[in-house]
Amino acid sequence: MAPTLAVWKFASCDGCQLTLLDCEDELLALAGRVEIAHFLEASGAVGEGPYDVSLVEGSITTPADLDRIRHVRAVSRTLITIGACATAGGVQALRNFADVREFASVVYARPEYIATLAESTPIAAHVPVDFELHGCPIDRRQLLEVLSAHLTGRRPDVPAHSVCFECKSRGNVCVMVAHGTPCLGPVTHAGCGAICPAYGRGCYGCFGPSPAWDGARPNTRALLPWLDMTEDETRRVLSTFNVAAFREAAVPEGPGDDAPA
Amino acid sequence: MKAMELTDLGPLFEALHGAGRTVVGPTVRDGAIVLAELSSADDLPHGWGVELEPGGYRLRRRSDRAAFAHSAGPQSWKPFLHRPRVKLWEADRTGDGFQIATDSPDPPRYAFLGVRPCDLRAIAIQDRVLMGGRHTDPSYAGRREGALIIAVNCTEPGETCFCVSMGTGPQAGPGYDIALTELLDDGDPRYIAEIGTEAGAAVLADLDAAAARPADVDRARAEVTAAAGRMGREMPAPDLRDLMAGSLGSARWDDVAQRCLTCGNCTMVCPTCFCTRVTDTTDLTGDHAERWQLWDSCFDPDYSLLHGGAVRSSAKSRYRQWLTHKLGTWHDQFGSSGCVGCGRCIVWCPVGIDITAEVDALQAEADSP
Repeated sequence: MAPTLAVWKFASCDGCQLTLLDCEDELLALAGRVEIAHFLEASGAVGEGPYDVSLVEGSITTPADLDRIRHVRAVSRTLITIGACATAGGVQALRNFADVREFASVVYARPEYIATLAESTPIAAHVPVDFELHGCPIDRRQLLEVLSAHLTGRRPDVPAHSVCFECKSRGNVCVMVAHGTPCLGPVTHAGCGAICPAYGRGCYGCFGPSPAWDGARPNTRALLPWLDMTEDETRRVLSTFNVAAFREAAVPEGPGDDAPA
Repeated sequence: MKAMELTDLGPLFEALHGAGRTVVGPTVRDGAIVLAELSSADDLPHGWGVELEPGGYRLRRRSDRAAFAHSAGPQSWKPFLHRPRVKLWEADRTGDGFQIATDSPDPPRYAFLGVRPCDLRAIAIQDRVLMGGRHTDPSYAGRREGALIIAVNCTEPGETCFCVSMGTGPQAGPGYDIALTELLDDGDPRYIAEIGTEAGAAVLADLDAAAARPADVDRARAEVTAAAGRMGREMPAPDLRDLMAGSLGSARWDDVAQRCLTCGNCTMVCPTCFCTRVTDTTDLTGDHAERWQLWDSCFDPDYSLLHGGAVRSSAKSRYRQWLTHKLGTWHDQFGSSGCVGCGRCIVWCPVGIDITAEVDALQAEADSP
């Protein structure tokens, strides 16, 4: 019997799960290998769990989410989170650095009807996650690689190095060094194929910080003076889809394996 | 051997194309002088120069029409010989097993036009690493063995160049088929061509070029000699191998680790860095598999990753590994330095870490009581 696949949504824009439907050329091959049992963007027909593989999109922002993610974990053999919301809290994690009750009071006529948490948090903060696929949105080729690897029983080839690796392999001229364009590529997780620099734009950090040496974070502080941006611009460029992860990243690296004597 | 004079590179392009060669050389693209396939001499960066600094590169207009008055650009010749991605083989499932296919198309017959002396040495170093031991890299060897090298001696070193310190330039050493020196008269270029090999002689013989006048040959030599005095950088320390071996506990590594992003740019622009990783992929059906060789870097988090974790898990240990291998243990492994003084790691480091300044600081620390 084919393994079953389920797709779940939490606080998110649906863009990452739609990446699955965007796999037009490979969709039939995928449907031949797995039974897509739960994917509301594609079909209202829901197959019964438990499921062999769950793709989870979105972050945890409400008390109801807290219960539902535990249920998803309980009915999933393998749980893979997809996208910046699920892996880092998403752009909605801007609330983590503000007062969400104040937002609610300004936006809603009856804020007391709004049940929301003070912070937007990644899935891995609540349940064990088997694999995290980064990006806003995730990359189609990487999603297929993760699913192909899972079906074959091998490790997915999803490197954690910087965007610069992909950029140089592609033969791009560095937009930062040659044009003076601010670029987060040196501290951003690869995966997009260095799309923005290939078209003369700086990297926006959609795939979150890289690398992470055994839990330490990239040296974002050392890059900032070279971006030629004001303090306000710098704060804003780090406050997008992976805001919570990049804010963490501004903490200096630990001593690692070779602490000074 | 007698030197020739070329007043125009058009006939050289015609001869190389006529011989079925793919000509690769410098040209202006995306705000830089890159190396790319050229269709004619008009593609050369006539009248363009560069301004270099740590972490900075800008094109500038020159007042003349020189085609080779610029120093090392963003790439070396590495992407053409030691490609970033090489498919090693693929396999398809059959009824009772699998079938492996290793067919690869014949590599292009390259003519590399405008190889700088530093890059000429870098190619020789990669030859040693990828073809000179017991195991040959077949992709590299296939591209390298058919390649014709037309070097251009340096008359205009850049602000980040230090080939003189590394003994690689500005005069091209052995390994070229033809070496050109660009002379400018009233802003227009002509070239003194020297022959390095029979293959080079055969190309020049087809051009019907005149013998160079002795005075021009002397002038070409003098201009290259003068360039040696205008290096933008100097690599200190008479014996870098000893300095590296004695500096493993230096406090400078902590200092550079505060600045290094571990982004890997230095290793990818370096013309001698050669590390690769191998990855296996399968498709959704599970009936087709491929094995790829990809550029790797000692700054990649997966590099040195063993069971239990990475051997080098800090920026400090990563940078130290790169520098001490490049300048020190490379001698033990391959019998030469791994650095040719091209200065690319200085220019293309997004935060301007300068290899000569780091070695200076290590030397100063070693000298202090």
